[in-house]
Amino acid sequence: MPDARVIPIGGGDDRPRRASAADAVAAGASRASGERARRRAGSPLLDGTPPPVEAAAPARPARRRTAKKAAPPATPPPVPVETVLDEPETGAPPAAAPVLPEWERKVAATLAFVRRRLTGDVEVDEFGFDPELTDHVLLAMLRPLYEHYFRVEVRGIENVPADGGALVVANHSGTVPLDSLMTQIALLDHHPAHRHLRMLGADLVFQTPVISELARKSGTTLACNADAERLLGKGELVGVWPEGFKGIGKPFSERYKLQRFGRGGFVSAALKAGVPIVPCSIIGAEEIYPILGNMKSLARLLGLPYLPVTPTFPWLGPLGAIPLPSKWIIEFGEPVHTDGYGPGSADDPMLVFNLTDQVRETIQHTLYRLLMARRSIFF
Amino acid sequence: MGRVVMVTGVSRYLGGRFTQLLQADPDISRVIGVDVVPPKADLGDAEFVRADIRNPVIGKVIAQAEVDTVVHMAVLATPLDAGGRAMMKEINVIGTMQLLAACQKAPSVRKLVVKSSTAVYGSSPQDPALFTEDLEPNAMARSGYAKDSVEVEGYVRGFARRRPDVAVTTLRFANFVGPKVTTPLTSYFSLPVVPTVLGFDPRMQFVHERDGLEVLWRVTLGDHGGTFNIAGDGVVTLSQAIRRAGRPSIPLPQPAAPWIGQALRRLGIADFSSEQLRFLSYGRVVDTTRMKDVLGFTPRYSTREAFDDFVARQGLHGPLSADVVGAVEDRVNDVLGAVATRSGGIKAVSDA
Repeated sequence: MPDARVIPIGGGDDRPRRASAADAVAAGASRASGERARRRAGSPLLDGTPPPVEAAAPARPARRRTAKKAAPPATPPPVPVETVLDEPETGAPPAAAPVLPEWERKVAATLAFVRRRLTGDVEVDEFGFDPELTDHVLLAMLRPLYEHYFRVEVRGIENVPADGGALVVANHSGTVPLDSLMTQIALLDHHPAHRHLRMLGADLVFQTPVISELARKSGTTLACNADAERLLGKGELVGVWPEGFKGIGKPFSERYKLQRFGRGGFVSAALKAGVPIVPCSIIGAEEIYPILGNMKSLARLLGLPYLPVTPTFPWLGPLGAIPLPSKWIIEFGEPVHTDGYGPGSADDPMLVFNLTDQVRETIQHTLYRLLMARRSIFF
Repeated sequence: MGRVVMVTGVSRYLGGRFTQLLQADPDISRVIGVDVVPPKADLGDAEFVRADIRNPVIGKVIAQAEVDTVVHMAVLATPLDAGGRAMMKEINVIGTMQLLAACQKAPSVRKLVVKSSTAVYGSSPQDPALFTEDLEPNAMARSGYAKDSVEVEGYVRGFARRRPDVAVTTLRFANFVGPKVTTPLTSYFSLPVVPTVLGFDPRMQFVHERDGLEVLWRVTLGDHGGTFNIAGDGVVTLSQAIRRAGRPSIPLPQPAAPWIGQALRRLGIADFSSEQLRFLSYGRVVDTTRMKDVLGFTPRYSTREAFDDFVARQGLHGPLSADVVGAVEDRVNDVLGAVATRSGGIKAVSDA
């Protein structure tokens, strides 16, 4: 039976330096009462702390002591967190500053922006959404595409609630998920409340380098019920493309034919949160990269869900990545309310199927209506 | 007679600090620290038992001192500290089994607190944005500290079943940062150039060592049983953290990262295990609602404040520190101001 060596530390008293476990235990028992009280009176840990004024609730003194001990005596006096956090405004002091011309104010604003990015002085939410970067960089880069290339026309924006949670459900098409980005811009720029659309993406998005980083920063999170319910519960506007890869990677011959709407997970998320479902129909996106064929074996080799052959890709190399300039319409339909179904309705598969079908049919019919009214693909 | 608390893993920084904290409590009459190596820090008047928790002597100490509360903090995160991965696993898993076996035999034990880690959730692209305590990890940890933590928690659950009279509290801590604590992640951020995984910017959460100690203290004294995620409010992204530390970063392509990680590990520069690389790719965020509602604990430092405090107090400084960048910005603004003055497009500000 090996003996544990007991090494008393500190205190500077006359306890033996070495003892068996049993000795240590016995010694401790005798020490427990009187000596301990004496020691505590002169304990360096409590020195400098005013004696507790009253015997308050146990949590309070504990907390104070913890705080005190956060700075052991050996360390230099703590830098107040405030001085570290409150970065001095590095812009020119306002009182003495000359009124700058427009271009200069822009340069100064850009400099401040660059400084914030370089020093990491930005706020991201728990999903990784970075509103500043999204508004000023990511979507700003796509805005010319939205305004001048696809000339997106937005209809029915009043069907999207101005506050509180809502679920935007849309058709997916176009080989590259530009349709979701364009919907995001539509809601940010054209909705009276300038709402950020928080999108739900496939796990492939989060496995892919660069894409995963940009997706998180632009407010996308994983398409799973936990995340959808959390976002809706926080009153966010959530966007979902339930057809997934089946929709976005379908051949050109099947354009505007809605695929299966997943398993209806988005409906149960909306039912649980009691938020309205806003059906959204997008036309124009089908024509940007018409898929004529699919290089299935190569796609499997690369771990992609599909690898398209379009009239320009891969024949023209990088030029094949230029989308065709189709004219887009994004129409938001009448919201489907889910708050009248009572508790437990999210677990009723029949109700979920019916609502899923209802939303799908609404989008399909809107697509047909919009296509009938369309004069040309490009104008 | 007050309570008798046994703390394992006292020779490392947090264990030592926690022991000091316990001694200051009037309700606790004895603190018994256990570790395999003598403590570096001053443990004050705590009794130190130099013993391996894998050793049966621990059962004797518990029985003789009538220990009523056991705080298990001896799950190591770094193989370098333990003397190799095999040794680390031995200490973490077999040590926990022995400790729990001893506790199970001891009728005096009323309370068990286990310091675990959010690493048990793993890190994968299929993860939900936030883990609650009830969510199962998507990708089970296959190696290292995370796997040890998962196994330790498994044994702790088994113990809780067999001794329902003992209040068992498992605290899953996010990564510790602070003025003094050193973890694989703090040494990572202290590298002169911080390697990252190209194209990934994971979200992270930190817990300040002060908050970590406070919550350990609270659950040791209280009687909340259960499992709790412990993390500061909010998240920071890896790139943001590196920039706040003022460090330049070097992105490495994902396929090359394991090789370089291994090389750095061999050289003893930083600990890049495969789970660490997954964490640096996909990140991990936990939901702390239960900590706030059930434990009633709100961390004093948010994730970002905790990290800033770590940067300031450990004196991290680099070419991209806030003051350097701010000074450059000031200078450019001054030059622009001068240009504007000369070009004549200026009036004095009237709204001052």
